[in-house]
Amino acid sequence: MRLLEYQAKSLFADYGIPIPQGLTSTTIEQGRKDAAQLGFPFVIKAQMAVGGRGKAGAIQKCHNADELELKYPEIMQKIVKGEKTRAILLEKMADIKKELYLSLFLNRSKRCYTIIASAEGGVEIESVKNQIIREVGLGDVDAKTAEQVGNEMGLKDKALGQFVTILQKLSKITIEKEAELAEINPLAILKDDTVIALDGKVIIDDNSMFRHDELRKFQEVSELEERAEKSGFSLVELDGNIAVVGNGAGLVMSTLDMLSDNGGKPACFLDVGGGATTDTVYEALTLISKMKKVRGILVNLYGGIVKTTTVATAFIKAYDNKLIDVPVFARMSGAEADKSKEMLKGSRTKMFDTIEEAINAAVIEVNKNG
Amino acid sequence: MADLFDLLIGKEGDKDYKKKPVIVQGITGKFGSLHTQQMLAYGTNIVAGVTPGKGGQKFDGVPIYENMQEAVNATGAKISIIFVPAKFFLAAAVEALEAGIKLLIAIPEHVPVKDALTIVELSKKKDAIVVGPNTPGVIIPGIIKIGIMPASPFKPGRIAVLSRSGTLMYEVSHNLSLANFGQSICFGIGGDPINGAPLIQAFDTIRNGANIDGVVVVGEIGGDAEEMLAQHIIDTKFDKPVVAYIAGRAAPKEKRMGHAGAIIYGTYGSAESKVSMYAKANVPVAKRPAEVPMLLAGKLKGRNK
Repeated sequence: MRLLEYQAKSLFADYGIPIPQGLTSTTIEQGRKDAAQLGFPFVIKAQMAVGGRGKAGAIQKCHNADELELKYPEIMQKIVKGEKTRAILLEKMADIKKELYLSLFLNRSKRCYTIIASAEGGVEIESVKNQIIREVGLGDVDAKTAEQVGNEMGLKDKALGQFVTILQKLSKITIEKEAELAEINPLAILKDDTVIALDGKVIIDDNSMFRHDELRKFQEVSELEERAEKSGFSLVELDGNIAVVGNGAGLVMSTLDMLSDNGGKPACFLDVGGGATTDTVYEALTLISKMKKVRGILVNLYGGIVKTTTVATAFIKAYDNKLIDVPVFARMSGAEADKSKEMLKGSRTKMFDTIEEAINAAVIEVNKNG
Repeated sequence: MADLFDLLIGKEGDKDYKKKPVIVQGITGKFGSLHTQQMLAYGTNIVAGVTPGKGGQKFDGVPIYENMQEAVNATGAKISIIFVPAKFFLAAAVEALEAGIKLLIAIPEHVPVKDALTIVELSKKKDAIVVGPNTPGVIIPGIIKIGIMPASPFKPGRIAVLSRSGTLMYEVSHNLSLANFGQSICFGIGGDPINGAPLIQAFDTIRNGANIDGVVVVGEIGGDAEEMLAQHIIDTKFDKPVVAYIAGRAAPKEKRMGHAGAIIYGTYGSAESKVSMYAKANVPVAKRPAEVPMLLAGKLKGRNK
């Protein structure tokens, strides 16, 4: 789960990492009240789970009430790299002397947490120069390590002391909230040498959420994705018109790739999972029936523990209940595949021996129907 | 590190050669019981189960113990497979490693990263191999199956398959078997960000196997395990044919594609990055699972000239 900037900053504040004064809203009415409370000038910041907001005009300065009326609605409607604005943060401007970079992240290949710090922050991590990198096991950063990192960045006196405190607090957040990433970019040194987090990005390990009821309030999933999670399958909504369904994340990804290679456009990624039953597959079809753009369904099953007949039964039930009215292109291999083919004979499900054939047929048919 | 083939098969002359004893943790649960039956049917020598509160009972003739220490004491088993809900995984895995298990197959999905890291640290201290979590397990076709994979895709042979995905391991092995490339071992790395035996380590456990003519690596987007492996193949001058497949070329960035580990941040974890590193290591990457045996045949042919 990726927290939005204002959510990450509220965690920072809870742990005593300094942040600028700011207020968050989703309507201009509330925005006007927030503006009155903060006082001009301030920065209007779109809250969205994506980088590069500044360049895209989703962060703008605001000097007076007229500008607020103009810019608030504009930024509320921004879409950057497919991500919509979910809220607006109005934040006091800071008197910046220098921008730093600081993060703690789960280093997958080293299998430990790692600090990345740099005295040249404020740009995306790929472009951050002179990175200082330290492996820190399960994420604990002692004062000595924090001071060494600060020294290497060339920090001194008051700024160094504050940096050490902030890095140790960031480490505490990472451990206690089970974050895969906790990033402050930029971490700013102000004219008076105080150090403050101007932005925040925190990604929480989804699998640890059962231990973090306190973070549930930050969870924003679409209704369909939430229903999918309840039934034990994974759903990612995409922009195309052919729903892709299968068992196993790898197999469904592979099907998505082949469909795209052949000019098809996937409408979703849906992995029914290893514990699929006729009921959960029926629920999956119910969710797909709610996606208005879907013009066809592509099914790729490797029957093992989940038998192909389990899935075939769900499809027959879906036809009987008139749940689905789009053509289905299916490849079912493995456990009870022949029986499934027999069951689906004469239905609107076209069965193919290979996934390549199923994809070709799906792309031709869906394109023909527009 | 412990030798994987020695743990799974043993040496000729061992009294349990090709019959290594295995313990099932969570044997009475829904998945544990189903897969215990399937593993028994395959011929795996399951000697004990563990379910707290059910010690002294039996499941399909397999004695159940209260805890791992009792089960290990009674059987001398060095291999265990875990079927418990993710939130109980850490305790079960610690119990197994403390009881002396040297090969731990961790089936559960949705194990928190912190718990997986804790087990990685403990396994290093105990000199044990942990496969998974979120793995289908390990199979040596015809000899031993410790996992949830169906039996039908696999047949005995001389190709090693390492896979970050379960169903793709079945799919690719099925394609290999159809093309008459049987498998000497199929090893499920697991779909999580943190693996007990990451790709590179799994590769090292099998690379010197006498019964291996080539290696197939089934990867996916997320992390940099494939990049590291490619560099490792170059650095260690591994000279047997290696063929790869990577799922997720069409996946959007910053979306978790089913597996906790299948996510791209910027260019980190992207398919392009993996394909270009494999190219440097002279490892061809199949566009689709059915292409794997064709590429492998090409590599083997080139080698035999």
